[in-house]
Amino acid sequence: MFSAEQSCWFVRKVICWRAVASIAWAVLLLPPITAVFVLLSRFSLLHPIQSVSECLSFLTSASAIFSFILLCGVIIMVGFLNLEYYTVIPTIACSKIALLGQLLHPRQFVNSLAHCIMGIIVAWCCAIAIGGRYETIAYPCTPGDGADSSHQMCLNELHFILLLAGAFVGLSHSMLGVIYNMNYVPFLTVQQYKYLRFKGSLPSLVKCSATQALYSVRNYIVVYFFLGYIPKAWICKTLNLHLNSSVHPLDSIAGLLDLNLLYQLWVSAGFLLLTWHVTLLLFRIFVTEVYSFPVQSSFTEDAHQCLPKVITGKQPMILKFLALQDLALLSQHSPLRRSEVFSLSQPGGHPHNWNAISKECLSLLNDLTQRLIAYHDTVATNGRAKSLPTGSERKTSSETSSTEDLMSPRPTFLMKTPASVFARSIVGTSQSPLTAPFTSPDPDSPFASPALRRLTAPADPWFGTVQSPHVMRRLPKLWSTPTDSQVNGSPPASPSSVPSPKQEPSKPSLLAQFLQNRKEQLPEASSQALFADSQAHIWALEGLTYLVQASFSEDQFGVVQTALPSILGCMLVLQEAVDRHFKLPHASSKPVRSASSLGDSTHKTLRFALRATLKTAIYRITTTFGSHLSAVQMSAEHRKRLQQFLENKE
Amino acid sequence: MCSLALFPAPLPAGQSTLCESNNELLSGGGSTEDRLKQESSPLSLYFPRESLKLHCRTESSSKAAFLDHSETLWMRSAAAWRDGGFTGLLDEITNSNTEVPKWMSVSSGFTLALIRWFSSFHGSLFPHLTMSSEDMLAEFSQVLNWSDCVVRAFAWHPHADKFALALLDDSIKIYNPKSATTPTLKHRLQKSVAAVQWKPLCASALAVACQNCLLVWHVDPCSLSTRPSSGCAQVLSQPGHSPITSISWSPSGSLLVSASPMDTAMMVWDVAAESCVPLQRVGGGGVTFLSWSPDGSHVLASTPSALFRVWETRMWTCERWPCVKGRCQSGCWSPDGSRLLFTVQGEAVIYALTFTDSPGVPSCTSKGPQAASVVADLSETTFNTPGGDIIVGGEIQSLAWDSAGERLAVLLKGDPQEADRPAVIAVFKTRTNPVFELLPCGFVQGEAGAEARLIQFSPNFQHGALLTVCWSTGRITHVPFYFLSAGVPHFGLGGSPSLPRPQERPADFNQSLFTELAS
Repeated sequence: MFSAEQSCWFVRKVICWRAVASIAWAVLLLPPITAVFVLLSRFSLLHPIQSVSECLSFLTSASAIFSFILLCGVIIMVGFLNLEYYTVIPTIACSKIALLGQLLHPRQFVNSLAHCIMGIIVAWCCAIAIGGRYETIAYPCTPGDGADSSHQMCLNELHFILLLAGAFVGLSHSMLGVIYNMNYVPFLTVQQYKYLRFKGSLPSLVKCSATQALYSVRNYIVVYFFLGYIPKAWICKTLNLHLNSSVHPLDSIAGLLDLNLLYQLWVSAGFLLLTWHVTLLLFRIFVTEVYSFPVQSSFTEDAHQCLPKVITGKQPMILKFLALQDLALLSQHSPLRRSEVFSLSQPGGHPHNWNAISKECLSLLNDLTQRLIAYHDTVATNGRAKSLPTGSERKTSSETSSTEDLMSPRPTFLMKTPASVFARSIVGTSQSPLTAPFTSPDPDSPFASPALRRLTAPADPWFGTVQSPHVMRRLPKLWSTPTDSQVNGSPPASPSSVPSPKQEPSKPSLLAQFLQNRKEQLPEASSQALFADSQAHIWALEGLTYLVQASFSEDQFGVVQTALPSILGCMLVLQEAVDRHFKLPHASSKPVRSASSLGDSTHKTLRFALRATLKTAIYRITTTFGSHLSAVQMSAEHRKRLQQFLENKE
Repeated sequence: MCSLALFPAPLPAGQSTLCESNNELLSGGGSTEDRLKQESSPLSLYFPRESLKLHCRTESSSKAAFLDHSETLWMRSAAAWRDGGFTGLLDEITNSNTEVPKWMSVSSGFTLALIRWFSSFHGSLFPHLTMSSEDMLAEFSQVLNWSDCVVRAFAWHPHADKFALALLDDSIKIYNPKSATTPTLKHRLQKSVAAVQWKPLCASALAVACQNCLLVWHVDPCSLSTRPSSGCAQVLSQPGHSPITSISWSPSGSLLVSASPMDTAMMVWDVAAESCVPLQRVGGGGVTFLSWSPDGSHVLASTPSALFRVWETRMWTCERWPCVKGRCQSGCWSPDGSRLLFTVQGEAVIYALTFTDSPGVPSCTSKGPQAASVVADLSETTFNTPGGDIIVGGEIQSLAWDSAGERLAVLLKGDPQEADRPAVIAVFKTRTNPVFELLPCGFVQGEAGAEARLIQFSPNFQHGALLTVCWSTGRITHVPFYFLSAGVPHFGLGGSPSLPRPQERPADFNQSLFTELAS
């Protein structure tokens, strides 16, 4: 998976260097953040000047420099994980079970473990920085009975609680990252220079880190209060340490009411989260920076780097997204590059550039239309009792469940479809959107690699339970998910799990019912998942219509005119499909705005953005061409719809 | 340079301007048929002040109507925190010194004094921060005497023949000559509307700048409902970003910028996603007026201080333009976005800035001009009319440039205290070739006793320019300027290119509105 991506020139030459640059900046920003942290943790109101001078002397000490090197290593590791786990298409869990599946995924497990360990390392550095009674894990003490004078080592619980806090915050950061899609890299509509963008989002970043640290510490204290004795006993046994009975144990109310401890925990957690968030923010800013592809090149060896070639590629996704972004910007802002798009090839006189670009944009839009129609059909048949003679329906109806056997060769590509919200409907039908460019496996989604999928499916402890026929029959057809499709669509490994009709009357187990209820809880998510990659469609629409608008005055050879009927037709069909989709329940309900500003929520509103962009795009063409559009050939139905736009009635 | 002395004398009282034809402004006397003719057109509206149901009492003063009820300290503190924020809480603690420990009341009083001292220091730097939000809206609005004006905001739709207007009673009405229904928009949060604007390239979306938030209404043009529910409105708000005095849509319809004098950041909204990007620049202490150039490449943002900025919209960098005398009061862009006209508070001149964008060169190279040039002098001039001397000129309230770039309307403030110095609209002809210059056209006057409050050009009038004026009496009239466009049509990316059809017969809307005066 990674090697396939590595082979691409773009990832090698651009993305990796951007990631390296973002990590370098994050490392450069580490000294000031660390200095502020040391100041905050060591400052004392009673002796301000003394504490400041102590901070300064600490910052130049050997232990500080050693822990600083460790912190740099952690930042580099975080940056590497960002690069490894980022995605431009968010993975949206349509049910709580799917979310659980994401959280328990091995790939995610590795991520969580890495964050846990890094959290401990950062917390150790924090303990060194705070100094005083937090500095060491063990200290010499006299046993409580005082009978023998030999000194023994006791556990410093303050140090220990700090280390565990680091692990906890790291873990919760990683888990929340899955829930809030923190590995999703959003593209902003407003282009800004990197420095200004970073400066603009820094205050909200600090605020977000501080509040998240507060919540994490609160949760951690609750957990430690109840379960703290387990790791304590374990560490004492492992390191052969003793508990000092003369000191209050910290997993008690009196022990946890230590204000200084709480403050240090909060500041340390805030420091940890801030450094990681800064790394993530810098990574996002660097990766989403506009990359200007040449429209055409005079050298054939560079032809694969030109916009028309790059835009049609399928892998990697980031390349396609950046190419589409560049297309949208060039069509809007740069007449010089637009003229290259409209130009004809030198021998032959074919508009290859325009053809490639318009074809790719149209196929993207057609793909979305197909997807919406398929989804709508699935939903529409779900509401009614009668089943349509499509494969998807047969599959879910209990009496014909044996058809699953027929489908056994299919799930390999079925799983690869990121937009498998409509997976059921495409299984049996011959006409499926699988030809679309987005069917390629998304390397960054947690469910990408088939090898890993195979690992997960049996790893799921409830795998067999969900296969119970009753649940199978009652599975909601609306909110099927990537995990759903995997659970339902994958051929059962053993014949025993093939549901047989005679099992049907058996009551579903309580667990299955519980799972069933959990499954139906996120109805809006399926709509979100359907539009998960709509940023690409938005750019395709913008790029296409700005080019068409500019062609009114700039296109000397009339290359755009020939494509105008198909462009209009495609957009009108999509408009109809989108309108129909928004009539579904939950589709037009607005998502709740999340308080966490870093877990970007733009992916939740992509469908609204797409709807608005589509309407604006059609109006852009109708206001530019006006009554000239009556000369364009199109079906009567489309003409009627277009007339609505011409009269400003949509 | 053009000055008011070159203008034809204003009309005697009782006469009002009807239209421009054959290069001169035609006036109608107070005769009834003229008035009937003007009033019979479907879009001339009249809102008598008495017809509006006004709030007799503002919400903050309703506190006095209720009996004092003693609550526990915790409840009062929570309420104070909710109503007045941190300072409110401190104030509550300081005042209830009998119930809280002494050290607490003393320390909160001390903190409060410190905050007040600091904010007064801040307020002395930026005096507008001490104003109430109503005063602030009136001060920075483009409408003359906003707080007392019946029509508080007005917006023509950029493509269709319809307009929206906000009234003193916080309702918004949408008029469309082709439809019998007049939707009235009301919303709980729609208070003190400072500006309305239709989204370009969209038939239904209307952005409304309110006191505490930004509303985007989606009014289906085919709907027969006269009272769209408040569910049709999107509420966009950001803490600290109120009151909103100015909004502007990008001509491509994708982004909306909003400005508040209390907030040093201007917000760039992605309305569909309901997300915003703050663009923060501390200097100036806020943003009061925004205007997006018709080609979409620049945004004018003026601040309450003697400073305004011109943002370039590709990478969102800005140029600072310090003024000598006062803040930038108003500004408008030429249709191709290359020229900016603006006025400065305390000066009676119009300045021009020229932007030449070198095409094809990437980002941030929009080489700005070095200095603004004065293109018109509007200092006070005395005209002798049969009805006595009239002094015209002085400070400028707002500017409006028609979409063909041929007529420039300037609303002059006048002096409400003196009878011989009314607010007038001076209209200039603009010419870009061979050099940019303004030529006098005339004054637009209304019926006796009416002062102009708000001016706007209709963006799609086929035969020239159509100026809509809202008068202090609550009347709205439309003054057409008939001329043949001299310049070549500008093909901008942002705006729709004007199609070359000068010989075409007028569209049915215009025919029904104004019969062309053949003379």
